[in-house]
Amino acid sequence: MSPIDRRNFMLRALALGATTSLGACNYEDPQHPDLADNFLHAMSAWNDRVQAVLFNPNALAPTFRPDQITNPPRFNAFYDISQAPVVDPATFKLTLGGQIQDKTPWTLGQLNALPQEQQITRLICVEGWRVIGQWGGTRLGDFLRRVGADTRCKYVSFQCADGYYSSIDMASALAPQTILATSFLGAPLTPAFGAPVRLRIPTKLGFKNPKSVVQLAVTNVYPGGYWEDQGYNWFSGS
Amino acid sequence: MPKSRVIHPWPVRLTHWLNAIAIIMMIGSGWEIYNASPLFGFTFPPLLTIGGWLGAAIAWHLACMWLLVVNGILFFGWTGLSGHYKKFFPVSPRAVAADLRAAFTFRLRHERGVYNAVQKLLYIGVLLAGVIIVISGLAIWKPVQLWFFSDLLGGYVVSRYVHFFAMAAIAGFIVIHVLLVLLVPKTLPPMITGGRIET
Repeated sequence: MSPIDRRNFMLRALALGATTSLGACNYEDPQHPDLADNFLHAMSAWNDRVQAVLFNPNALAPTFRPDQITNPPRFNAFYDISQAPVVDPATFKLTLGGQIQDKTPWTLGQLNALPQEQQITRLICVEGWRVIGQWGGTRLGDFLRRVGADTRCKYVSFQCADGYYSSIDMASALAPQTILATSFLGAPLTPAFGAPVRLRIPTKLGFKNPKSVVQLAVTNVYPGGYWEDQGYNWFSGS
Repeated sequence: MPKSRVIHPWPVRLTHWLNAIAIIMMIGSGWEIYNASPLFGFTFPPLLTIGGWLGAAIAWHLACMWLLVVNGILFFGWTGLSGHYKKFFPVSPRAVAADLRAAFTFRLRHERGVYNAVQKLLYIGVLLAGVIIVISGLAIWKPVQLWFFSDLLGGYVVSRYVHFFAMAAIAGFIVIHVLLVLLVPKTLPPMITGGRIET
C-alpha cells in the first residue's frame, strides 16, 4: 500500500492511543504516524493480502428470490439523500483512463446496448446491515476486455459524480458477478441509488460499490478510496 | 523434600494473558462496530468502546482477531498434546449441582490446583463460546468466500446474532471470573508466577 494521507483516520484511531498514552506523535504529519496507526496499517495491508489469497472467483455470492428483495432500498452515502448528484443521462459520458487501449467515452445508450444480465444479490454494508436488490447491467470483465484494458494490472479505479472514489483488485473486477449496473428492479437507476451507472460487486462490502460512476481507470498505482483513505480496509471482500 | 508441581504451567499463563488482551480489544472494538448498526434497542457507551469511530474499530477488530485465533490455536494445541484438557473432565451434572449449591451458600472450598465442577463447566463453556465466536466472526467477515460457516449458522443475518450472543456469553464469563478472583485473591498470583503445589 502506498503512503497516502490518512490524517482523519489517524486522528480518530488515536481515540484509543490518547487514553493509553500511545499518542505522542504529530497528528498533522501523516509521514509520522504513531505506533497504533502503524500497527493498524500494517495489519490492514496484511488482511488485504490474506483476502486476495482467499479470493476464489468461482465462489459466487448467494442469489435470492424476488420476494426477498428489500423494497424500498436503503439509502447510504456520506451525505443526505437530498444531496445525491443528478447526472443527466442524455449527456452522460463514462470516461476511461489508465491502461486501456480504446479510451473513447461511453454514453448510457452504448452501455445499455451491451449484453445485459440481472442479479438478485445481497449488499452488505460495512456497518453490518444488509439489503437484497435486483441489479441489471453488463459484466465489468467483458467491458474491460472489450475496451482493451490491460487485465494484468492490479487495480480498477472509479471516480463518481459526487466526488466519491474507490478501487478494486483486478481479480474481483473480472469475477462473473461484478457488473456495471444501470438498472434496479428492471427500471433505470435513480440518482440516489447510483444513476446512471454504478458498480455492483456482491463479493465486496457496500462502500466498494461506487455510485454514479463518471470515470473508470485501470492502473498499477494504488488508487485508494474515499473511505479507504480514512482507514477502512481496502480489499473489504465478503 | 515433598514433591511439588506447577499449578499453572507457562503455556497456560502465556495464552491466558495474551487471550485477555485479545478479548478486551475484540469486545471493545466489537461494541463500537455494533453501535454502527445495533441489533437491539440499545448501544454501548462510547467510553467502553475501542476505536472512537467505525473505521478504526474495524481496523482494531480485524487486527486483533489474529492474536485471538493464533493464541487460541496454540492453547488448544498445547492442551490437547499435553493432556492438560483432562483437568476439565469429568464434569457430571450431579457434581455441578452440588458445587453450585455449595457456591451459592459460600461453602464451596477452593482447592489449589484443582478445578471444581462449576469451574470445569464454566471453562468448557467459555472455550466453546470462543470457538463459536470465531466461526460466527468468519461467517460475518467472509459470507461469500467462507460460505460454509455462514450456511452452518443459518446465513449472514443469523451469524450476527450468534456472534453477539457468543460475545455476551464471554462477557458474562469474564464478570463471574473476575468477581471470583476478587473473592478468592490467592488464585491470582499462580496465574502470573505459576505457583507450586505439593503433590
